[in-house]
Amino acid sequence: MHPILKLLVQRIALSLLLLLAASAMIFIGTQILPGDVAQSILGQSATPESLANLRAELGLNEPPLTRYFDWLFGALQGDLGTALTNGRDIAESLGARLKNTLFLAFWAALISVPLAIFLGLLAVRYQNRWPDKFISAVTLTSISIPEFLIGYVLMYFISVKLGWFTSVSTIYDSMSLGEKLSAIALPVTVLTLVVLAHMMRMTRAAILNVMQSAYIETAELKGLSMFNIIRKHAFPNAIAPIVNVVMLNLAYLVVGVVVVEVVFVYPGMGQYLVDHVAKRDVPVVQACGLIFAAVYIGLNMIADIVSILANPRLRHPK
Amino acid sequence: MSDVLLKVRDLKIGATVYPPSGKPHDIEIVHGVSFELEKGKVLGLIGESGAGKSTIGLSAMAYGRGGVKITGGEVWVNGQDILQQGIRDLRRLRGADVTYVSQSAAASFNPAKKIMEQVTEAAILQGKFSRKEAEERAVRLFDKLGLPNPETIGNRYPHQVSGGQLQRCMTALALCPEPDLVVFDEPTTALDVTTQIDVLMAIKAAIRDTGVAALYITHDLAVVAQVSDDIMVLRMGEMVEYGPVDQIINNPQEEYTQALVSVRSIDHEEKLPTPDPLLTVNHVTARYRGTNFDVLRNINVDLHEGQTLAVVGESGSGKSTLARVITGLLPPSDGQIDFNGRTLSPALEQRSKEDLRELQMIYQMADTAMNPRQTVGTIIGRPLEFYFGMRGAEKRKRIAELLEEIEMGDGFIDRYPAELSGGQKQRVCIARALAAKPKLIICDEVTSALDPLVADGILKLLLNLQKIENVAYLFITHDLATVRAIADSIAVMYQGKVVRYGTKSEVLSPPFDDYTDLLLSSVPEMKLGWLEEVIAHRKMESAGN
Repeated sequence: MHPILKLLVQRIALSLLLLLAASAMIFIGTQILPGDVAQSILGQSATPESLANLRAELGLNEPPLTRYFDWLFGALQGDLGTALTNGRDIAESLGARLKNTLFLAFWAALISVPLAIFLGLLAVRYQNRWPDKFISAVTLTSISIPEFLIGYVLMYFISVKLGWFTSVSTIYDSMSLGEKLSAIALPVTVLTLVVLAHMMRMTRAAILNVMQSAYIETAELKGLSMFNIIRKHAFPNAIAPIVNVVMLNLAYLVVGVVVVEVVFVYPGMGQYLVDHVAKRDVPVVQACGLIFAAVYIGLNMIADIVSILANPRLRHPK
Repeated sequence: MSDVLLKVRDLKIGATVYPPSGKPHDIEIVHGVSFELEKGKVLGLIGESGAGKSTIGLSAMAYGRGGVKITGGEVWVNGQDILQQGIRDLRRLRGADVTYVSQSAAASFNPAKKIMEQVTEAAILQGKFSRKEAEERAVRLFDKLGLPNPETIGNRYPHQVSGGQLQRCMTALALCPEPDLVVFDEPTTALDVTTQIDVLMAIKAAIRDTGVAALYITHDLAVVAQVSDDIMVLRMGEMVEYGPVDQIINNPQEEYTQALVSVRSIDHEEKLPTPDPLLTVNHVTARYRGTNFDVLRNINVDLHEGQTLAVVGESGSGKSTLARVITGLLPPSDGQIDFNGRTLSPALEQRSKEDLRELQMIYQMADTAMNPRQTVGTIIGRPLEFYFGMRGAEKRKRIAELLEEIEMGDGFIDRYPAELSGGQKQRVCIARALAAKPKLIICDEVTSALDPLVADGILKLLLNLQKIENVAYLFITHDLATVRAIADSIAVMYQGKVVRYGTKSEVLSPPFDDYTDLLLSSVPEMKLGWLEEVIAHRKMESAGN
C-alpha cells in the first residue's frame, strides 16, 4: 500500500472514531441535564400518572445505553427521531435549516477565503509598510468587535439609513437567487469581517515564515519578481497551515453562526437550535449537536488530508 | 581590457547590527576591496567566517543578504556598473548573466517543485531559452556533472536525491542559463570528503567546458587551490593577499596566509595501548526504535586511559550512534560496554551518578549545547554543584581555575554565550565537561563548525588538557586531518561497521582496504594539481580492473 494511502485511511478512521466519541458526549451531556422532557411538555400541573404514561411513550424508561444505541443507529440511517414539541420529523425540518446555514456559509466563504488570502499576500508583499499595517489594523479591529454589534451597526447604517439591503434576512424557497443574495448580504458581510482577520494573519505568518527559507533567496537570485516568488515558491510551501486555518474558519461559519442568525432572523441551524434549547427539546438538541460535530470534524479532516497531500515528501517517497 | 568580465573597485559593504543590549547601529563589514576577473577565469575568495567572502561574492549580483547593504564602490559586470542599476535591470542580470550556487543545495531547492522546473526556471523566465531548449540543456548538464540517469533525474523532487547529487543539480541550475559568471559559495563544504571530490571534479570540468568565469568562495585553501586561477585571501572584510594560485600556495607573503597554508601542522606522538583498557565496546549492535535496520553492527573497540580513539567515517556511518550507545542514550540491542573495570548499564536511567560523572560529552554545535540565558559561570558551575556539591566562593574559585585551563581567564565568568566567539563557546563547553573531572570525554565533531585556525587552537587545547588531566577522548570526526593531529588509535567506520581499527600508524599505513584508501585519497591536499592526480590515479585503477 502506498504510504500516503495508509496515512489517509488512518486519518479518516480517526475522524470517524472522534465522531463516535462526540456523539457519546452529546448524548451523555443531554442526559445529565436536570429536569425531564415529559415534565417540561406537560408543565407544572401534570399528574404523576400522565407523566409516567408520557415517559413510557417517549421511551424514557429504557436504560441509557439502549437509548443511545437506538439513537445512534437511527441517526446513521438518517432517522433523527421526532421533535418532542411539535411531533415533526427532525431530519426533515433540520434538512431545510441546514441547507440555509450552508447557503449562508457558502457565500461567506466564497468571499472571505479568497479575500483573506489575497490580503495576506498583499501584506507580505508590502511587509511592514503602510498597506500591511492598514490591512492588519482593519482586520484586527473587525475581529475585536463582537459580531452582534457589527451586525446591528451595519443594520442601522446600511438598511435603516441607506436602505440598500433589508435588515431581516429571512429567506424562503420561493425567492429567486438574486433575492436570496440580497437578503443575506448583511449577515454575509458580518461573517466575512469576523473570519477575515484570522485567516489573513495566518496566511501572512505562514508565507513570511517560508520567505526566510534559502530557496526564496535562490529565487531572488534567479531574478524572479517579488510577486512570482510569493506565488511560485512561497505559497505552495505555505498551503498546509493556510488550509488548516481556513477549515477552522469554515467550521465556524457553520457551527458558530448562532448569534448572527439570531440577529438577522435567518432561518438556519443556529436559530433552530436556540429555539429548541429553550423548549428543552432533547432530540433536536442532540441532532443539532451531532451535525455540528460532524461538520467540525469533517472540515478538520479535510484540512489534514490537504496537508498530507501538499507535502511532497509524503506524496513522492524516496 | 575587453576580456575583463567583473571589475570591483573599492567595494564597501555595511550591515545593521542588533546587539542584545544597546541600540541597533550600522557597521562596515567590507572595507574597500578591489579585484578583477577575466572571462573564463576562476578567482578563489578565501577566509574565515566573518571575513566577508560571501558578502563580496553576492555583491557581484548587487545582492545583500538580510540587512546587508552595499555602501560604496563600484561593481562592473560586462562594462556596466551594476550598483547604479535599478531593480528591473538587476533581475535581468541575476538569473541570466550572473548565477549563484549556495552551500546547502538541500535548503536552496524548493521542496515543493521538481528539480527540472527549478533548474530551467531562470533560463526560461529570462528568455534565454525556450522550455524545450532549456530542458535539453539541463539534461546535457546533468550528464556532464556525472549525475545518474540524466534523462529522468529532473523529474524527481529535491528530497529524492542525495546531498551530493543535489549539489550537482544546483551547479546545473546555475549553468543552465549560460551565464558569464557563477558565484560558488562553499559548494562542497557540507559534503563528505568522498562526495566532495566528485562534486569538485564535476564543477571543475563544467567550468572548463562551458568557459564560464567563477568566483569560488570557501574557507578551505586546499579545495580552492584545485579550482582557481587566482586567489584572494580575506580577513575581517579586508584583503590580505591577492595573487596567482601558485604564489599563494607555494610562496605566501603575508603571515596570515602562511598560517592558513601551514594549518593542521600539529605534531602528536602516538601513545601505545596499555594492558587494561578504560573503555571496551564489546560486540555492540544497535538499532533505533521502530526500525529493523542495524545502525551499528558488531562493534569492538578499546580506548586506553589518557589516550584518544578517533572514530572516523562519513555521515550515516554510525559514528554518532556509537556515542549515543556509550552514553546510554540508545541502549544496544546486543553487546555491552565495559568502563573503568565495570559493565555499564545499557540505559542512561539505570546508570549511577558516578558513571555519569566519569563520562562527559562535548558537541559539534556549542551554540545549541548551552542555555543562552545562563552566564558562563552558571554553565560551568552546574556540574560542580551537581557532582561535588560546591557552593559560593569554593565554586567560584574552581570556575576561575577551569576558565584558566581553557585559556580564557575569569573575566568571562559573567558573560553570556551570545557574547562569545565560536571558538570561545566551544572552550566553555570543554570546561563544562572538565568540571565533572571525567575519565572519558566523547567529542562529537567538536571542531567541524569552526574555522581552521580556531579549530587548531581547540585541538591544541584538548591535547594539552589530556596531558594535565589524563583524560581519554573518544573523538568522532569526519575530518582526517584532525584525526592525524590528535589520535592514538583510529577506528574507521563505514555503513555501521568498523572496517579498520588499530593504532594511528597501523591504520594510516598501507596496505589499505578499499574504503580507507578511498577516504584517505579524497582528503584535499594543499598542493596544486592534486585533484588531477587523484582523478588520473582513479581512472588508471578502474581501467586496471
